[in-house]
Amino acid sequence: MKKLIEQHPISTTVILLILWIALYIALQPLADAVISLTWLVPGEHLTEALRFFVFEVPKVLLLLTLVVFAVGIVRTYFSPERTRTLLGGKSLFVGNVLASVLGIVTPFCSCSAIPLFIGFVEAGVPLGVTFSFLIAAPMINEIAVVLLFGLFGWQTALLYVSTGLLIAITAGYVIGRLKVECFVEDWVYQIHSNTAEMEEIIPSFRDRIQSGFEAVKEIVAKVWPFLLVGIGVGAGIHGYVPENFMASLMGKSVWWSVPVAVLIGVPLYSNAAGIIPIVHALLEKGASLGTTLAFMMAVIGLSLPETIILRKVLKMPLIFIFVGVVATGIIMVGYVFNVVY
Amino acid sequence: MNIKILGSGCSNCRILERRTMKAVEALKIDARIEKVTDFQKIASYGIMRTPGLVIDEKVAISGSVPTVDKIQELLIAHRSA
Repeated sequence: MKKLIEQHPISTTVILLILWIALYIALQPLADAVISLTWLVPGEHLTEALRFFVFEVPKVLLLLTLVVFAVGIVRTYFSPERTRTLLGGKSLFVGNVLASVLGIVTPFCSCSAIPLFIGFVEAGVPLGVTFSFLIAAPMINEIAVVLLFGLFGWQTALLYVSTGLLIAITAGYVIGRLKVECFVEDWVYQIHSNTAEMEEIIPSFRDRIQSGFEAVKEIVAKVWPFLLVGIGVGAGIHGYVPENFMASLMGKSVWWSVPVAVLIGVPLYSNAAGIIPIVHALLEKGASLGTTLAFMMAVIGLSLPETIILRKVLKMPLIFIFVGVVATGIIMVGYVFNVVY
Repeated sequence: MNIKILGSGCSNCRILERRTMKAVEALKIDARIEKVTDFQKIASYGIMRTPGLVIDEKVAISGSVPTVDKIQELLIAHRSA
């Protein structure tokens, strides 16, 4: 397989794509066949739970591989270095919009947050614009979008992306306006690296396809445990939490549900793959969309490990401002959705 | 030869370290492999993505984990340069 991809990347991709489509089409009849083999009655609670496992989960995994592959290729056209050049010298508002959008497509891992932060600041990217990037990059990721699309439809996926962008843009803008440069650790400004030495290698199309396959391998390996735990917890809620129980806790008539969901969500850490099956189960038990969305954004977008990492370059007041501004944005989004839906 | 692995200890950095050791062993190069975990030092190399691979103070790779073969290529290219 590995050799095939290396030697004939394009034809292998085409064959795999055809296989993918065939599998995707066959999934529904296959799942129905599996369920008809059991003694379960269609429409019953347990049957639908089983259908979730034999149809929804494989479907989402299939979608995930395809999108991760495509995103893996797209990302070879972007790099933090290039993004930094694009962002340098942009005015505050325009910069915030651009940074948030680039946050979606630029390859980013939270373990690189510090070098990236330093690289941006050193190149003269305004602090507020840098924050827009740091908020958008983890919150709006392809895994979240695919899972939302697969389980709830394109409207919800679009809703998530647009509100995520809105939060990243406004939070970054607000932080930029607060003039908090003095709360960045002093040593950050003293670094003068020799960036000129690095030459950028432009990959061939074959290399880009290779990157797509590598991205699939990496993401699938990383996402598995989260997905399993998430599905497990989701199934638990599914089976043991009484119908409409969540309505009394996370329903829209409960005014405090949004801030509490965010407060619970911030210290929790999971990647999108783990949180979405839980979100699915919560919604089913009567939790409102706004509250659930806020919970999800708080878990994915604001994580304790990342905040601890950022503490190395930010002084305490700025950490609080960062978490406070983003959390406020998420809470507002939650309320708006509870009112609209 | 002096080789540095830049990274704060995330899983990719450990993989890179392991692969670099393998590449060095396979080529029988006399090299010292150092780990750099201090962000201040990492940043001074100008990289924006970890892990980074530095051969004799030159950044060879940042933000990805190359295969053992690829690392061997880089080492050979550096030695002959």
